[in-house]
Amino acid sequence: MSESYNVSASPHVRSAVSTSKIMFFVTVSLLPACGYGIYQFGFNAALLVAVCIASCVIFELLFELIIKKRPTISDLSAVVTGLLLALNLPCDATWWMGIIGSAFAIIVVKMLFGGLGQNFMNPALAGRCFLMICFTARMTSFSFDGVTCATPLYTIREGGYVQLTDMFLGRIPGTIGEVSTLALLIGAAFLIITGVIDFRIPCAYLVSFVIFMGLFAGHGWDITYLAAQLCGGGLMLGAFFMATDYVTSPITRTGRIIFGICCGLLTGLFRVFSSSAEGVSYAIIISNLLVPLIERMTLPKCFGKGGEI
Amino acid sequence: MKKCFERLFNGLIKENPTFVLMLGMCPTLAVTTSAINGVGMGLTTTAVLILSNIIISMLRKVIPDGVRIPAFIVVIASFVTITELLLEAYIPSLYESLGLYIPLIVVNCIILGRAESFASKNNVIHSAFDGLGMGLGFTFGLTCIGIVRELIGNGSVFDIAVLGESYEPLTIFILAPGAFLVLAFLVALMNAIKLKKGRDTGITGDCDKLCRNCPNTGCAGKRIDTEAVR
Repeated sequence: MSESYNVSASPHVRSAVSTSKIMFFVTVSLLPACGYGIYQFGFNAALLVAVCIASCVIFELLFELIIKKRPTISDLSAVVTGLLLALNLPCDATWWMGIIGSAFAIIVVKMLFGGLGQNFMNPALAGRCFLMICFTARMTSFSFDGVTCATPLYTIREGGYVQLTDMFLGRIPGTIGEVSTLALLIGAAFLIITGVIDFRIPCAYLVSFVIFMGLFAGHGWDITYLAAQLCGGGLMLGAFFMATDYVTSPITRTGRIIFGICCGLLTGLFRVFSSSAEGVSYAIIISNLLVPLIERMTLPKCFGKGGEI
Repeated sequence: MKKCFERLFNGLIKENPTFVLMLGMCPTLAVTTSAINGVGMGLTTTAVLILSNIIISMLRKVIPDGVRIPAFIVVIASFVTITELLLEAYIPSLYESLGLYIPLIVVNCIILGRAESFASKNNVIHSAFDGLGMGLGFTFGLTCIGIVRELIGNGSVFDIAVLGESYEPLTIFILAPGAFLVLAFLVALMNAIKLKKGRDTGITGDCDKLCRNCPNTGCAGKRIDTEAVR
């Protein structure tokens, strides 16, 4: 009887959920999309995934060894960053682009700001945008079955015709992870059912995006057009796997909805009014920067404190 | 004479305008897309800085305290105009590439800062050396940033290709974000060197944990942090 009266410091209730567990779930949920990308784009896609994951982990380990901090690679967050970065690269990207992107993502965006939990924007997306600005030509040339061709998003922007089922299943040119909407939705369903991600961010994101496109894209509420916009580009990958990053999204429920709406409106804005056909990555990292403001705005007041509102 | 050398050293290393005082950030970030631009901008600023320091130091007893800032600006603007016209006449290529940033030297806070804090209180010789030291320090900072940005962003240094044909330049480094990245890394490098030097010379040996009175600016409170960790 006596041993049941353990006296210990708080916290007294411990959750079985740990960072490495969450990161493992995210990795597993990305496997369908990753597998489909490798199946479709072949050896180079597999090489890019391997290079990105390996270099992310190695850069994090090296940085922590150099500044004499305890290595944190076992929390698997570097693996997720590397995987997401690889899934955001076109299949023709070279392996050294993967290394440069990983270096920027891990060292500059994540570790210099204090490691996991302190990064102000999604490292994988920041790495992608860095590569996008450095090697614009390489990052925007997509090939499919060995032939360089325009992405469906670009085709519909130019007024061309796209096959909607192909877009849903993934028989289209694009980055390694974004092509198959079906594979991404399987992974997303797994994450939502296991409770790893909150449905509020992707829902607010997609709904506000659809409304924006319906109002401003000039095609009205044409179902085919809106569905093509939803399946095209990195929207699904971004909405379910990158906008929901724990570190760079708000913690409050209202905040998450506002954050999703920000992402959706910015994505629509970039897709309709900017010079490029895609804008998911910039939309998410710009919304990441707004997160501290959103949190300050939506943080609930303590009982008995504050004024009338 | 000793004071003159002290002023030179002060401007170049101890209070380097780019890496320590963080003054004149607008030209620092904007024109350093290549090493030659950095040197050009630095030397132009140096010339204006020395001349304006000399004149302001000469006039320091004449200028009334209440209107000293407008008076300084008039002196500085005159020299900037002279320099601008000279550049346009004799080095048109540099004039083209620096563009708007030459007239903007007028509002460069290093120049006004040195006029206010040094030239208006000291004699002509010392002020001239102060201007020279600060100017060279600024040139040094801009050239360092320019070399790094040009090397990574264009594969060349002073327009000479050094990294070969197969090198694919990281274009971001000659765009605006690259300027911030390079500046941050160079400042971090300077602080790391200073911190190490401070440790080697034992300056931080008698750390009384009152950073306000500490002469070792390179430490920036890091010694207390490291002790707390231990």
